Amino acid sequence: MNRQAPRVNVHSGAPRPVPAKAGIGLKGEHVGEILDTGPDLGFFEVHAENYMGAGGPPHRWLEAVAARYPLSVHGVGMNIGAPGPLDRAHLQRLKTVVDRYRPGLVSEHLAWSSHGGAYLNDLLPLPLNEATLRAVADHVMEVEDVLGRAILIENPSTYLAFAGTTIPETEFLARLVEMTGCGLLLDVNNAYVSAVNHGFDADGYIDAFPIAAVGEIHIAGHAPDVDADGRPLLVDAHDRAVADAVWALLGRALARSGPLPVLIERDNDVPPLDALLAEAARADAAIAACNATFTGEARHVVRLPA
Amino acid sequence: MSSDFRPDFAAGLLDASRALPAGLAARHAADQRRFAVYRNNVAVGLVDALAAAYPVTEKLVGTEFFRAAARLFALDNPPASPVMLDYGDGFAGFLEIFPPAAALPFLADVARIERAALECWHAADAGPLAIAALAELAPEALADCLLVVHPAARVVRSRFSAATIWRANAGPGEPGRIDASVAEDVLVARPDMDVAVHLLPAGAAVLFLALGNRATLAEAAGAALGEADDVDFEVALAVLFAAGAVIAIEHGRA
Repeated sequence: MNRQAPRVNVHSGAPRPVPAKAGIGLKGEHVGEILDTGPDLGFFEVHAENYMGAGGPPHRWLEAVAARYPLSVHGVGMNIGAPGPLDRAHLQRLKTVVDRYRPGLVSEHLAWSSHGGAYLNDLLPLPLNEATLRAVADHVMEVEDVLGRAILIENPSTYLAFAGTTIPETEFLARLVEMTGCGLLLDVNNAYVSAVNHGFDADGYIDAFPIAAVGEIHIAGHAPDVDADGRPLLVDAHDRAVADAVWALLGRALARSGPLPVLIERDNDVPPLDALLAEAARADAAIAACNATFTGEARHVVRLPA
Repeated sequence: MSSDFRPDFAAGLLDASRALPAGLAARHAADQRRFAVYRNNVAVGLVDALAAAYPVTEKLVGTEFFRAAARLFALDNPPASPVMLDYGDGFAGFLEIFPPAAALPFLADVARIERAALECWHAADAGPLAIAALAELAPEALADCLLVVHPAARVVRSRFSAATIWRANAGPGEPGRIDASVAEDVLVARPDMDVAVHLLPAGAAVLFLALGNRATLAEAAGAALGEADDVDFEVALAVLFAAGAVIAIEHGRA
């Protein structure tokens, strides 16, 4: 089931690799300060869909930021986890963004988000079984073929489980890597949120994750709630600082992976830039700590275009 | 594929009166709170997108009213594309016939101005043309020339003082009394990085819309005169050019 490396797009120049440092999401309200002060960050991440407009200030801001920092482009609407054909028009839009900004990393989600002509604006869960694995693998390969490069697929945060799930998530992702040559984006907060919501051991999930395929890590804040039986239910809200339990899990993941780019993901109640830079500095310290002690084997199978 | 797990799930996201979707694990099959996280993510995400696009509309009706109206609109009109930059077209038309908003008949036109501003924000970039270029034309070429309008320019025509109301509520502070009954033609344009809202003099809106439909200057002027006989074309063109709404002159029709 292994396949050859995706074709390289000869029309675009070499992407600027994303280093094993902390990065943050790019928010319009921070752009002026970022360009004025040039904070010491490894990269900025943007949602691909926010740069699918024809023109305007968002593109000019991103061009200015991309001239000074490596970029990671994170898609949220490719609907990779759905059965049936991909939205080819949307895939072309993603290609336009990737060709224009030549990000060091491109990622998408193990999730679905559209059905029946409606985009549902959320990352929705799917049953994990042989049929969905084939569909997801087909979609990942199609995206990689059109983009001409490997992408990273992110583990989801979930609130519900399906009766039709027969494959554990870490195994599903490992087999996806094997079938498609894709890399993985390990969202440590998602792992923690799902572990609490489904009552499994987060450490065990990190230890079972196909770590050699990981090209980027996400961490974020989550909101506490309870389910119908009064059991804890965590919501992947990206609306607050990263929790201590997630920082601890980040250390565990980095100890296995070695140094990787780590994104502080914040999408709601976005604080002043300084607050995100402080979290980025803490992530850099975690990366440095693992760099000092990491003795694992070389990893990072993700191929960048030449 | 025969086993699409989405239809039930998607329908339940948009309609809270539906039963939970089939196919969930037994331990979650009756857990309303878990499914409600997804339901809430969808609704709040769409309402937040509308709130970001329509801040003055929200200010006019208050946050609670706005979010309730936006939720009704959003669940009936989910986005057709993952590109949420485009989301919200049709919201002004929804407000126009939304009975609880009937006391604010200008509300829909204020929303149209905000929608125009959003479209201009993301529209293609282009450099505006100075009106001096028009003076360089030979007089006999003027009538047949085509003025190419800026891709980031929109006209909103209101039976109400929509632009005055928009402007008075767009900044901080409380607006004074406004006579809402004065009809206003409005140009929303982004010649470079900033979107600006301009009041248009008589005839300029019709002129702009006709030019946008590739009418010649003479045809566009005729359309403007068809609606009002007090059109000062020098003023109308000066306002359109000064706002950056014209990017090129094409000479005659091929």
